[in-house]
Amino acid sequence: MINVKQFKRTESKYIIRAEGLTKDYPVGEGHFRALSDINLTFSEGEFAGLVGPSGSGKTTLLNIIGSLDTPTSGSVAVLGREVSALTAKQSAFLRNRHIGFIFQSYNLLPVYTVYENVEFTLLLQKKNREERHKAVMEALDWVGLTEKKDARPAQLSGGESQRVAIARAMVKRPAIVLADEPSANLDAENSHHILQTMQQLNSELKTTFLFATHDEKVMQYLQRVISLRDGKIEKDTNS
Amino acid sequence: MLIIRTAFKNIIGAGRATWLNIAVLSFVLVIMTAYNGILDGWIEQSRRDTMDWDTGWSQLWQPNYDKYDIFSLPDAHGKTPAQIDDLLKTGMAAPVLVIQASVYPQGRMMNIQLKGIDPEQHILKIPSLSLRSTGGETPVVIGKRMAATTRLKKGDRVMIRWRDRNGIFDAREVRVAAIFETTVGSADTGQMWIALDDLYAMTGMQDEATYIVMQRESLVNANVGGWHFKDNDFLQTDNRMLEQSSRAESLIIFAILLTLALLAVYDTQTLSIFRRQKEIGTYVALGMTPREVTGLFTIEGTTYSLFAAIFGTIWGSPLLYWFTKTGLPMPEAYGDVGMAVGKAMYPAYKLTTITTTILVVIVFSALVSYLPARKIAHQNMVWALKGKIN
Ligand SMILES: Nc1ncnc2c1ncn2[C@@H]1O[C@H](COP(=O)(O)OP(=O)(O)O)[C@@H](O)[C@H]1O
Ligand SMILES: [Mg+2]
Repeated sequence: MINVKQFKRTESKYIIRAEGLTKDYPVGEGHFRALSDINLTFSEGEFAGLVGPSGSGKTTLLNIIGSLDTPTSGSVAVLGREVSALTAKQSAFLRNRHIGFIFQSYNLLPVYTVYENVEFTLLLQKKNREERHKAVMEALDWVGLTEKKDARPAQLSGGESQRVAIARAMVKRPAIVLADEPSANLDAENSHHILQTMQQLNSELKTTFLFATHDEKVMQYLQRVISLRDGKIEKDTNS
Repeated sequence: MLIIRTAFKNIIGAGRATWLNIAVLSFVLVIMTAYNGILDGWIEQSRRDTMDWDTGWSQLWQPNYDKYDIFSLPDAHGKTPAQIDDLLKTGMAAPVLVIQASVYPQGRMMNIQLKGIDPEQHILKIPSLSLRSTGGETPVVIGKRMAATTRLKKGDRVMIRWRDRNGIFDAREVRVAAIFETTVGSADTGQMWIALDDLYAMTGMQDEATYIVMQRESLVNANVGGWHFKDNDFLQTDNRMLEQSSRAESLIIFAILLTLALLAVYDTQTLSIFRRQKEIGTYVALGMTPREVTGLFTIEGTTYSLFAAIFGTIWGSPLLYWFTKTGLPMPEAYGDVGMAVGKAMYPAYKLTTITTTILVVIVFSALVSYLPARKIAHQNMVWALKGKIN
């Protein structure tokens, strides 16, 4: 499906680099500044989180990094490539190969089984059946859902759904996982469970994790905490 | 492939609205197939009946004759051209001599066309054998419509009056030997059929004709001895005009039905697309391009019509087949309007008509799916993920 003008990773010291990132949303006659002059870099294998109260700009920043949204000004480079310079196909390719998304509300495809949900990304990559099967079963094993592979999303609990979403994000072994409030709909036990899973994948696969959260339970796992307030970086434990 | 698979999954997994759409679309397909089948069947039947009862396959017209100009009749008669003597002998061509006459049923007067025809001819279905001379009386045959307007019954005698070749009036009593029933008004209304030899004797126009009716096998395809050749196409002009106006009507009905059905599809598609914004955002997050997402939803919408075609075939085929066996009974009233309408209509389904109908439905349902899908796939995906597009 994606084969022309593919996204090519270039060498760079940072896996993610944001420079002078600003995002304005039009509101009435004027506009509302959701992000203001954000400068950030992430290295491969980080387990970092954007934290801050609701409305501080976490989701907006995550979406811009994931090329789902565009900044008003400033630039973002992912895997050494300027995101704003990518064609629609290239940014789709970037998301398909290199970025795994985990959403607050899971966003599983309702008509697909657990197995098929996890497999979908690999189908887009045109992987053959064998490769897909191996990768999907491995990903389901990571999150402990091998037993539920034939269940539909409607039959799963919140914790199970989010674990499927993690498996779906991880099955392609992406360079980066962007997780927006992954624990918001989960109880404490499930929250810890998925975070431990992600922590393990981070250390085994060197996947870079970037969270957006205001959940204390999540924060205690983060190696690096970036505090946002009113669209500005208030504090970064790395600097 | 993935997109088609996903589209199918989504359709199968979707709810009642999908099946309602499929039902509505299949209804349109079956109704239109039935309607067009009846139309095609009727047109075919009219053409066949017109040939059987009135025109034959082709005709040669005496140079002065004009079917559409009644005033041409007094001069429109002449000796049949020698070149077709063989055809006349083998019965592949039959001369018809037409003169104006008056008939006096119960003291009233009516102008008619008196048509002389060979009793032994077998090109037209007119029961000409009843015109064989029985000695003494002059037999004539008329159609049911003519019988109704003149209130003549089989065996009745009636006075007719005509001018001979010198313009002198003459009159005689004729006997109604048979009354025939035909769907073709032009062979019936205002027409009285008489044996050619009787008409020769009455008018002195020995061996003359106004036009010559020919079978397809006659192979005549050009003017012969100054007589004007009229091909089948020309002779079917009335039917063709009728066909065109009926097709136009059918097209209008189709357009209305299709619009209603497509509104239903458009509605579900729009609704489902707005309900499924999050899903659309997810597809994009997983690495589909907006174009692929548009394609996915377009295929979903198009699949409705494919399913409708399959579903319509399943429930429509026995019904449509049954119509070809029983025919659709037509109200008696239709018989009087002069068009070729039988007691029952037998539909004739044409592959091209059916294919066109299905294709039109598919193309349009693709279009009404494509438009809302394209609209949303090119929106901001963040909004879609949040379900905020409206
Ligand atoms: N599409 C939008 N239009 C206008 N304002 C928006 C839009 N999306 C987000 N915002 C505003 O931008 C700010 C940051 O939003 P968001 O990034 O979602 O914050 P967070 O994820 O930290 O809660 C909020 O005040 C929010 O209301
Ligand atoms: Mg948020």
